[in-house]
Amino acid sequence: MQMRYRFMEEKKLLLGDEALAVGALHSGLSGVYAYPGTPSTEITEYIQKYAPEVRSRWCTNEKTAMEAALGMSYAGKRALVCMKHVGMNVCADAFVNSAITGVNGGLVVVAADDPSMHSSQNEQDSRFYGKFAMVPVFEPSDQQECYDMVSEAFELSENVKLPVVMRLVTRLAHSRSAVQFSGSRQPNALSPSSDRSWVLLPAIARRQYDALVDKQPSLEKYSESSSAIEGSGKTGVIACGIAYNYVKETGADVSILKVNRYPLPEAAVKALSLRCRKILVAEDGQPMVEQEVRGMLGSGYPVRGRLTGDLPRTGELTPDVIAEALGCALGESAGEAGTASVASRPPQLCPGCGHRDVYAALNRVAAEYPDARIFGDIGCYTLGALPPFRALASCVDMGASITMAKGAADAGIFPSIAVIGDSTFTHSGMTGLLDAVNDHSRITVIISDNLTTAMTGGQDSAGTSRFESICIGLGVEPEHVRTVVPLPQNMDSITAIIREEIEYDGVSVIIPRRECMQTLKRHRK
Amino acid sequence: MKKDIILCGVGGQGILSIATVIGEAAVRAGLFIKQAEVHGMSQRGGDVQSHLRLSTEPVWSDLIPRGEADIIISMEPMEALRYLPCLSKDGAVVTASSPFVNIPDYPPMEALDAEYDRLPNAVRVDIESIARESGNPKGANMALLGAAAPYLEILSPEQLGDAVKAVFSSKGDAVVEANLKTLGL
Repeated sequence: MQMRYRFMEEKKLLLGDEALAVGALHSGLSGVYAYPGTPSTEITEYIQKYAPEVRSRWCTNEKTAMEAALGMSYAGKRALVCMKHVGMNVCADAFVNSAITGVNGGLVVVAADDPSMHSSQNEQDSRFYGKFAMVPVFEPSDQQECYDMVSEAFELSENVKLPVVMRLVTRLAHSRSAVQFSGSRQPNALSPSSDRSWVLLPAIARRQYDALVDKQPSLEKYSESSSAIEGSGKTGVIACGIAYNYVKETGADVSILKVNRYPLPEAAVKALSLRCRKILVAEDGQPMVEQEVRGMLGSGYPVRGRLTGDLPRTGELTPDVIAEALGCALGESAGEAGTASVASRPPQLCPGCGHRDVYAALNRVAAEYPDARIFGDIGCYTLGALPPFRALASCVDMGASITMAKGAADAGIFPSIAVIGDSTFTHSGMTGLLDAVNDHSRITVIISDNLTTAMTGGQDSAGTSRFESICIGLGVEPEHVRTVVPLPQNMDSITAIIREEIEYDGVSVIIPRRECMQTLKRHRK
Repeated sequence: MKKDIILCGVGGQGILSIATVIGEAAVRAGLFIKQAEVHGMSQRGGDVQSHLRLSTEPVWSDLIPRGEADIIISMEPMEALRYLPCLSKDGAVVTASSPFVNIPDYPPMEALDAEYDRLPNAVRVDIESIARESGNPKGANMALLGAAAPYLEILSPEQLGDAVKAVFSSKGDAVVEANLKTLGL
């Protein structure tokens, strides 16, 4: 078979994200649907760079991405959806129901989790979503498996007619290693489904849900068939995904059940328990497997892990915490990072960034109103919560600035101000703005427009050059949609406009617009 | 043989291009390699680090275990000290000497000096001067790589030079030549 996307080499140094991207291309991918989010962004970027004929334009949010991918699957072609873990919350409605409709062309949903919250607001574990929706979850442990397991996931998806989740963690998504390529296949031909299963009226949905439940034993059997126990130590370790590498790194004399596929293979877990005196569950994220294994083996069997304190309850795993849990000696180090000589260095807004001028202006005006509250959102501008600005009362989830400002205004807070970025506004801010317009809420919304999705590295933003018309279309009075250029020399006019709009008894929108310093640097090159 | 390397600095200082050069050299030399990077939020002027593991044997963990790094290569003197728990007892530190101060509570230089005096195997290098004197003021990270080269051992200076040629070839011969000169190998 002809090799698509042949690279000069058959082996390449790739991030986990990139290995997954190449694996998807070699599996005959027809479309990738995604919203940028660390640590998942590089998957889609790689496909955009190397495979222009694959549909790959950024989506407005994870829900639109998931639904469009489901549409491509309906048409018989293979589709990939990529997002960071919290994106699973955004697309959950479509995702959970895609398990009820089932799929036609293969559908793989990549959720990149961020244990330790390197760039996130929580460390939720996407494996729970797979269990919740009752679909298979794959969890590669290294870059080679990122590549290999995508094609397997597409095959399985088409065989069992279900979406398959691939769960990555930051340390795999953003770590490089050499990846060996194998064969590739052509994309599926157009072959739309004509099955009634896609119409989830209650009568059909009940039948489909029964069918999904009936598939569960075969899914577990599938996980079971690829589970082997290695080693012969009297301590057993269930090593999920990347944790396997940390266990191997210790060189400890243990029996290892490597888990890459869920539902958890119960027979393999029981076989391990019979060989061993106790079991340590090593899993990145939340103690999902640990809880399941406790249930499988009963309270008499010693199962250790995050719930017993053998491993830290929160944060990503490291080779050190695994070594400690297995009683291995740690290396002697050159010293500690002393507090006298090492200060913390949090990230900050770039020099010259327009968000800086927005916060300078907001802080100046807010100082005149003792009860002012500024509700923030997700993006670079969240850094406005840190010194020197300390401007934000909240940062919760995509779009929450506008709706929280509305609720706070409903409760009597004045002035109630929202700060949201351009890409976050189109992702999840527009619906909240419509609520505020319909309710005549007294809020001022700042759409800080830097013409890009900056935090994740400068991807296209869905609403660029259309924000005024979007806001007016949603019903904001045209004279209360104001545009300014956030620069220090404009500070007087910007603060005057903020004052005027705060004093307006209704919904007002101010759009400070100036290009991101990072993309500007790139465009000038 | 293995070399575990912590590369660190402040977001935007160019540590990832040092990692790219070493990674390229390692792949060309047929070594096993894993290289964990930090993307996203911390790249905005915060502390950044990369764990780079090179070996003649397969590498398991993407992260370097405590006390096992052979060398810390740092674009900034305070940042190097942040990763001392990773460094082995007799490991080396090769760091830029000039501080990057973008925080209000940057420690006094005497506190840094005291730490460096205690370390048996640390060198602080004025990489900006080396880069400037080699006619390549933007190549401070190459000057740092040049200073760290003798400690890398698993890769020869020639292999590093070849990797610089490969990594920067798309930017033209002038850039390659300037970087090779700053590398000084």
